[in-house]
Amino acid sequence: MGIISRGFSGRSREHNPDLPPGQFLTTDFPVLSAGPTPRIDTDEWEFTISTEKGTTHHWTWAELMALPIEDIATDIHCVTRWSKFGTSWRGVSLDTLFKDVDTSYGYTMIHSYGGYTTNVPLADLMGGKAWIAFEFDGEPLHPEHGGPARLLVPHLYFWKSAKWVRGIEMHKSDDPGFWEQNGYNIYGDPWKEQRYW
Amino acid sequence: MSVDSVGTWKVGTVTAVRSETPTGRSIEIDVPGWGGNLAGQHLDVRLTAPDGYQAVRSYSIASADATDHLELAVDRLPDGEVSPYLVDDLLPGDQLEVRGPLGGWFVWRPEQTEPVQLIGGGSGIVPLVAIARAHAASGSTAPFRLLYSVRTPEDVFFKDELARLASPTFEITWVYTRAAPADWPTKPGRVSHDILAASVIPAGDNPSVFVCGPTGFVESVADLLVALGHPAASVKTERFGGA
Repeated sequence: MGIISRGFSGRSREHNPDLPPGQFLTTDFPVLSAGPTPRIDTDEWEFTISTEKGTTHHWTWAELMALPIEDIATDIHCVTRWSKFGTSWRGVSLDTLFKDVDTSYGYTMIHSYGGYTTNVPLADLMGGKAWIAFEFDGEPLHPEHGGPARLLVPHLYFWKSAKWVRGIEMHKSDDPGFWEQNGYNIYGDPWKEQRYW
Repeated sequence: MSVDSVGTWKVGTVTAVRSETPTGRSIEIDVPGWGGNLAGQHLDVRLTAPDGYQAVRSYSIASADATDHLELAVDRLPDGEVSPYLVDDLLPGDQLEVRGPLGGWFVWRPEQTEPVQLIGGGSGIVPLVAIARAHAASGSTAPFRLLYSVRTPEDVFFKDELARLASPTFEITWVYTRAAPADWPTKPGRVSHDILAASVIPAGDNPSVFVCGPTGFVESVADLLVALGHPAASVKTERFGGA
């Protein structure tokens, strides 16, 4: 326990088992970005998965929409300490997109329009844990929040859910992405409070 | 608690508080072992209630030097949990726990030689003041400009300090969005394409641009900068808002 802050009582006393340590609940949807918001038209949008074998799998927007689409209800947790419960998304599971991908590498680098990158172990994208999401709360995903499509990997801090996603590159090792080079944890488990280096 | 290179929580002692605006104040803290921070970085502040309940929030640091003395400036959020305590209750002599410095992206280093354009909205000025202070202290000859957007003249953070920092190599443009000073030549209004075109270091001079403020302000300004030809890669943003 820390130093008692004279006169501080705080707001919430109920322990909420769904709230990771050090987080507080918000009903807003704050924005965390490192630069200007890219505007990507779905006509020019393309998504790729590239492997160490030199193979690149491509999807256009229309091809993505033709895949099985899932409804996702999940809590999300931002490293800046807000959590939002019961958010609803629609998207395509990474299990679907990786079905024909042949790789022996265990790590991925996620690439975004605008140059953002983030690293996620492949195992964290498989098994119904991650999606390419294009709808939030019944509406097309707003560019501020990563539209037309973002990665959604809600069991990790939300910077891993890369906005404006355009591709996944297989990596042999767990190389740091953008925020991971700028002070944030290589993995980002909210339940272990893996915020910083 | 996680353990990482940011280090453990350090205990700081408040040495001074100063009212900056009707809803905001600056806070000076001595933190033994802090050891300084880069201009533009932030820290975590942790408050603990008598029953052990803790609340942590991140705040930008207004100072940028190699000492154990640092300065914050905090705006009170209407529904905030930590900011009302920091703005209304904290007194000199009180102790605070802090951890940091944090963040390696929205920073300026004295060895950078390119022109720098700072654009702040409201309390978004805080990390920009740190950058301006570091620029002045370093003797850097890199051209600097600041555009500072506030609702009214009362809402200016670090008014005296900015007046001192202003110089031919650090020009300041003021934008008032709700109410301007009595003798002000233009009507209040939001930062527009025309204002940015007239007062921001042109894209052709390849400036680094730092934009900090509420989300709506930063979104709007960053879009306008890209439309004015600034490469997205040279525009660094830091947003706050909502909770």
